[in-house]
Amino acid sequence: MADINFKLIKNPLSKENPITVQVLGICSALAVTAKLEPAVVMSLSVIAVVVLSNLIVSLLRKTIPSRIRIIVQLVIVSLLVILVDQVLKAFVYEVSKQLSVFVGLIITNCIVMGRLEAFAMSNKPFDSVLDGIGNGLGYSVILITVGFIRELFGSGTLWGYPIIPQSFYEMGYQNNSLMIMPPMALIIVGIIIWIQRSRNKDLCEN
Amino acid sequence: MKWVKNIIDNLKPNFSKGGKFPWLHSTFDAFETFAFVPKTTTKTGAHFRDANDMKRTMFLVVIALVPALLVGTYNIGYQHFHSLDTSIGLFDNIWENLWFGIVKILPIVLISYIVGLGIEFAFAQWRGHEVNEGYLVTGMLIPLVMPPDVPLWQLTLAIIFAVIIGKEVFGGTGMNFLNPALLARAFLFFAFPSSMSGDKVWIAEKADAFSGATPLAEMMVGGHHPSLSFLDMVIGFMPGSIGETSVIAILLGGILLLITGIANWRIMLSVFLGGTFMGLIFNFFGSNSYTQLPFYYHFVMGGFMFGAVFMATDPVTASQTNRGKWIYGFLIGLMAVLIRVVNPAYPEGMMLSILLLNVFAPLIDYFVVDSNIRKRKKRWNLKGGENV
Repeated sequence: MADINFKLIKNPLSKENPITVQVLGICSALAVTAKLEPAVVMSLSVIAVVVLSNLIVSLLRKTIPSRIRIIVQLVIVSLLVILVDQVLKAFVYEVSKQLSVFVGLIITNCIVMGRLEAFAMSNKPFDSVLDGIGNGLGYSVILITVGFIRELFGSGTLWGYPIIPQSFYEMGYQNNSLMIMPPMALIIVGIIIWIQRSRNKDLCEN
Repeated sequence: MKWVKNIIDNLKPNFSKGGKFPWLHSTFDAFETFAFVPKTTTKTGAHFRDANDMKRTMFLVVIALVPALLVGTYNIGYQHFHSLDTSIGLFDNIWENLWFGIVKILPIVLISYIVGLGIEFAFAQWRGHEVNEGYLVTGMLIPLVMPPDVPLWQLTLAIIFAVIIGKEVFGGTGMNFLNPALLARAFLFFAFPSSMSGDKVWIAEKADAFSGATPLAEMMVGGHHPSLSFLDMVIGFMPGSIGETSVIAILLGGILLLITGIANWRIMLSVFLGGTFMGLIFNFFGSNSYTQLPFYYHFVMGGFMFGAVFMATDPVTASQTNRGKWIYGFLIGLMAVLIRVVNPAYPEGMMLSILLLNVFAPLIDYFVVDSNIRKRKKRWNLKGGENV
């Protein structure tokens, strides 16, 4: 196991981040980040799906006829998504209701399909798993950051527990309702991209 | 003025390359050109010279805003004392009204300029650009579209948001596609609805017993025609945003803008045409009291007049082509009346309709230019897509 390719995990966290650099999976990033808890659950679900589907597709990559590969990939992904959905319904029913349709929409999440097409179809199973972990984590980092900011300023809580003390509200502080609306998620993702690009000039277009 | 010149000339080496504070160069430059006409001129290329540079344009708009600001200041005081004791007439205690208004409006104006200009300077410094005068007008527009009791920390947040996300991100003055002053108001409207809507906020330190509903709220919530007469609303001593209430004061500024050619008459006229068109449709098919409200009432209620004169005509965010300007203005008026009457969540449609059309202005221009190209191609009997 000495040949773990750490780049496969490290790159998606920074300069190949699926959300901030490749701008994939934006839809779910807007929809599930109003609170921290659904954001974390969503992240875990995507990590599970992307890792397992990468593994399965990579194992099957030599037997999948290239003309129907998208269909085969979709079948594998949807199988995993249904499994994840059932697990969520069984163990975290409340969160599963909040996530509603977006768990099902992991099937169409561009990150999953993108990794299958770009990586798992042409790489060995072990590398594919690492790639899946990396990209899932890259997605999660952004989702959890956005969820953290939105819940803290939008509802004054974190994971449902009140964080901002009552005395602040008595002094006239108010929660920012714009934070709970989807446009603010887009703006926060934009600001993250801004910060990332100003730190890493390689990402800027000329 | 000689001594100012001497001070600046003495300080200059500190801020040039090799001085103590070269990174503060553009701040220094801004203050120098603010005080004196710079000595250096452009050395290459052909340039049109015009007396009406950006500094003068911005300053004229600020002058045009002064009547609305003065009436607004007086109105804050009058509304406050009137809500405490309804027997107080309009001119019963002029000085108290003015003083109360000044005490209320001064912090808002100061915060608007200090925060906004602070961000402008910081970004100019960071990018090595010159500081330019774009914020002078925005800084005056922001207080005028705020309710008099707006919490100052919320105002600060809104200005930071509007200037950074609405303007600096896109490259500063002249590059923004949304009107920053309206964006600040929209931010407050969506982020802190309780301090931007309802009938509590439009009169400063209102007595609880007094109804502070604006004419728009009376229509939307109460479902009856405004209690003020048309003429009263034209004169404008009624609850509302600071600078939006008096049609006369706004029109005074509007005339100045039209004479000097800063605001475009096509946009202004077509906003009213659009409002009239939509209002007449509602009048014709209307079945409730709001749709039956005569269309010209829309012009004197809420921010319609202020938006049409000062916001829609902002040359940066409006359409650039003449035909585009007609479409842009017409749709603003149309959408404003439509949102007001039909959407129960938003009593005031002017802000949202201008922001919406700001977004669409480049698209309108694109189609206008494109149709012109096609028309000319047709005139020369060329087939589409053939390049000559």
